[in-house]
Amino acid sequence: MLNIKGLKVKLEDEDKQILKGVDLEVPAGAVHAIMGPNGSGKSTLSYVLSGRDGYEVTGGEATLDDENLLELEAEERAAAGLFLAFQYPVEIPGVGNMTFLRTAVNAQRKARGQDEMSATEFLKVIRAKAKTLKIDADMLKRPVNVGFSGGEKKRNEILQMAMLEPKMCILDETDSGLDVDAMKLVSEGVNALRDKGRSFLVITHYQRLLDHIKPDVVHIMANGRIVKSGGPELALEVEHNGYADILAEMA
Amino acid sequence: MGLPDTDVTGRSLPQSGAWAKAAREDAQARLHAMGLPGRRDEYWKYTRPDTLIADDPAPAAVFHTDEAPLYDGIDRVKVVFIDGVFDAAASDPLELAGVEIERLETAAQTDIHWAKGLYGTLETNGQTPVARPLAALNTAYATDGVLIRVTGKADKPVSLIYRHENDASDAILHHVVKLEAGADLTLLENGPAAARFNKVLEVDVADGAAFHHVRAQGRDHERQAVTHIFARLGRESTFKSFTMTVNGRLTRNECVIELTGDDAVAHVAGAAMGDGEFHHDDTVFITHDAVNCESRQVFKKVLRNGATGVFQGKILVKPDAQKTDGYQKSQSLLLDDDAQFYAKPELEIYADDVICSHGSTTGAIDDEALFYLRSRGVPEVLATDLLVLAFLAEAIDEIEDEAIAEDVVSRLDAWLQRRRD
Repeated sequence: MLNIKGLKVKLEDEDKQILKGVDLEVPAGAVHAIMGPNGSGKSTLSYVLSGRDGYEVTGGEATLDDENLLELEAEERAAAGLFLAFQYPVEIPGVGNMTFLRTAVNAQRKARGQDEMSATEFLKVIRAKAKTLKIDADMLKRPVNVGFSGGEKKRNEILQMAMLEPKMCILDETDSGLDVDAMKLVSEGVNALRDKGRSFLVITHYQRLLDHIKPDVVHIMANGRIVKSGGPELALEVEHNGYADILAEMA
Repeated sequence: MGLPDTDVTGRSLPQSGAWAKAAREDAQARLHAMGLPGRRDEYWKYTRPDTLIADDPAPAAVFHTDEAPLYDGIDRVKVVFIDGVFDAAASDPLELAGVEIERLETAAQTDIHWAKGLYGTLETNGQTPVARPLAALNTAYATDGVLIRVTGKADKPVSLIYRHENDASDAILHHVVKLEAGADLTLLENGPAAARFNKVLEVDVADGAAFHHVRAQGRDHERQAVTHIFARLGRESTFKSFTMTVNGRLTRNECVIELTGDDAVAHVAGAAMGDGEFHHDDTVFITHDAVNCESRQVFKKVLRNGATGVFQGKILVKPDAQKTDGYQKSQSLLLDDDAQFYAKPELEIYADDVICSHGSTTGAIDDEALFYLRSRGVPEVLATDLLVLAFLAEAIDEIEDEAIAEDVVSRLDAWLQRRRD
């Protein structure tokens, strides 16, 4: 599904190398987690994969089902099936949540040569999906993320994921700013989307999210590289001992 | 420009009965005294008046479109002007319960008329402290327009439709709306009117009356327009005006409001979208002369390819106008490096117990929001248009009637979509 080889990335405006050769392969249907200390490049990886400006790829490649992601515009990557759940979902005053979602769904369908979803059908689908995420009609009507609590914003991200049905989902610190109940709700939303044709890359600081979204593989990222990979027990090790041991091991 | 003793503009005063003759002669004298605006006038610093005062209008091609007319689904009394001349055949009968609608051209022939104390009077009040010669010119030479007297609550809007059919037309229209105490009227306007259009709207809102105004200026690329609204508000009255402008080579919209009765509310808003040879000027002057009044200005402009926007907005709070709540917001969204925006916000406050605020910003599209939309699969041009509509939304929100607001939004949406296709 997602295949990253030797990915090197620097900041566009600064002579600062962030990713120094990332290798990562997430097969179809798998859930991989990336953990790592602050500044290790986790969020940069998610942004580079989703096509955000401000980064320069200086080496390596990233493909999604053999499609070269790095050559595509952000919207083309989305249409190809990539989805990034933002750590800090953006507030967009003046754009209704529902309008935004319908525009996005139909833009992707159009890009894939499918018919647009009718307003009635869209409404039916979104109402059902919003309900399971405890998103009420008012939240759907309000401008995108404006005045939403931290938990509401993250639930809204998962709703977008559910509506867009991507094949590769990247969750960037989706647990940040969530209380226990909200984390449970969001995780249930994610788990409901788990499917043999859909893969997840879960970026997190904390093991607790991985109690809810159980990963197949855990990677540790440090200083712009994946330095260690293992099973779910690796996350527990980090939780107990911090990163120091692993990093020392590498040194 | 030299001013001969008579006919400064090379025009002659229209044939009139006693009341209109007096008003027109007075206006002509005012115009003589103040002279036509020149490039050195401070009030015209950002907008060149040359083409507005030239003897002949620059030709403007008529914009042809197959889309349904604006406000099409709204039940209203249509009053149609073609190149500045009332067209009875194209209009509805001028009948509406609680409302008298008369054509200026006809009413001006009478010797006595209720409009006597208003036609040119509110304009005159608005000539100090800043001269507005093109409004005086209008009062003197306007040949047509409507005089509307509202005694009750109108159950549907009066809709002034300005068609443009002649490439070289030069139209001057003058409307007067008088709302008696407790009356209520919505006035709609749309269309380019002419190659060059000079329009004055005088509105007298008596105690407890409410006036709502929604206008869309025509999309003919080369048309030029100078418009003035002069409004006087009585106690507990409401005045709300919204203007949408897309295209047009030159537009100067002046709005002069006097809050003369306590607890009155005045809102003026504008959404303008310009591309290329587009110059749009919103000039607003609001005078608070009573206690506990609220005024609100919300002006938004989206500019690209060398389009220019101007905002001159003033709130004047007189010494006795305590508890004034004045708000002014003027923002522009520049979609490229060639677009320009000039803003001159002014507050002049002589009372001590007031809240007045103003904010003027100029900015580009929010990159974060743009990326967020694109990351969900919305193509960049479409994402930009969504953000453009979002930017204009705050001004459009000033339209109280939901059906009309929806019509305005869907129209903007359709126009943006046409550009994309």
